[in-house]
Amino acid sequence: MSSEIKDLVVPSLQAHTGQGLGTGNPADAFVVEPARSRSVKTPRRTRTNFEMLAWLFMRLSGVVLVVLVLGHLLINLMLDGGVSKVSFAFVAGRWASPFWQVWDLLMLWLAMLHGANGMRTVITDYAEKDSTRLWLKGLLAVATVFTVLLGTLVIFTFDPNI
Amino acid sequence: MSTPTVEHSAALDAAESGSTELINVTFRIRRFNPEEHPEPVWVDYQLLMDPKERVLDALNKIKWEQDGTLTYRRSCAHGICGSDAMRINGRNRLACKTLVKDVNPEKPITIEAIKGLAVLKDLIVDMDPFFQAYKDVMPFLITKGNEPTRERLQSQEDRERFDDTTKCILCAACTSSCPVFWNDGQYFGPAAIVNAHRFIFDSRDEGAEQRLEILNDREGVWRCRTTFNCSEACPRGIEVTKAIQEVKRALVTRRF
Repeated sequence: MSSEIKDLVVPSLQAHTGQGLGTGNPADAFVVEPARSRSVKTPRRTRTNFEMLAWLFMRLSGVVLVVLVLGHLLINLMLDGGVSKVSFAFVAGRWASPFWQVWDLLMLWLAMLHGANGMRTVITDYAEKDSTRLWLKGLLAVATVFTVLLGTLVIFTFDPNI
Repeated sequence: MSTPTVEHSAALDAAESGSTELINVTFRIRRFNPEEHPEPVWVDYQLLMDPKERVLDALNKIKWEQDGTLTYRRSCAHGICGSDAMRINGRNRLACKTLVKDVNPEKPITIEAIKGLAVLKDLIVDMDPFFQAYKDVMPFLITKGNEPTRERLQSQEDRERFDDTTKCILCAACTSSCPVFWNDGQYFGPAAIVNAHRFIFDSRDEGAEQRLEILNDREGVWRCRTTFNCSEACPRGIEVTKAIQEVKRALVTRRF
């Protein structure tokens, strides 16, 4: 039990009811409503399968990412002298092969979308106001699209001779 | 010839003589009076109790003998009506199904209102959002065509399919133990999904598609994170998380 709770514990003989801070008017009661709760007015929103597809994507991309990311870490950090070998020449050498281009492209897209969808879940969990949610999700979408497009551009237009 | 008699055991002796070993128990109850103070307060009550009594008996004793202002819901007091779900020692339980000896009476037993719903007074919460979610999944038989002239028959296997979810008593122990519901009360919550499951998998019902469409929404089954809090909290032993997963599977298989 935290000390905060302990401070508030009172023995039963002590009157905790009696003269309080209230005005006596029930309309002024200190009831704390949850920030978001279901009522008759809660809109029935989508008729799309977006949430289901997002849920499925998380599971499927997760399985693929286990292979892609562990393989990536193994090649970059463990084999052939570890992380010290990673240089411009090393990256240029790998991206000369279409196999590693596809590997990195797939990893970029799946990891970014997987992470962004996870962040979206965090936002829906912790942001209460609809306007806050909209702003945070907008920011997240911009950051995700920017990173994915920039990475894709680099993979496809990479020139080892610059 | 004499009739055979039951061997008298110690327990039987004790029961007959009415002698039970009473122990001192402290109940630490989180009390809240919205008309007097914005902050809730933990109040200790000392009781001399038989450890085989229920937590609800303790609450009754406190209310009747010590402090009449203590407020809580109870109706049938036998685990059927679902009125007295509360957080006992940090876990959602029914006060009428929890024996004092099972919640470690050596230490103060904490009792507080279930979480995620507005506390109106002491252990009473506003159940309206909970029942709104229940209503929103249409928990009633939906059929097409003419009324049959006799009862709607069902095989034992078909009845077995949704047997588990018929046990729900709508006590809100599951929904108010769900961390997703704590954060966002617009999530349907386990109880509503369990009651949708009860009709979705009923062979006599023809509204499954409508209910699945409702639960496919943003606040529907896809927000479940399978933390199993609901299955653990259910006083009826319903496998709540399994039911939610079955609804998810039904959605995925029907949409593809």
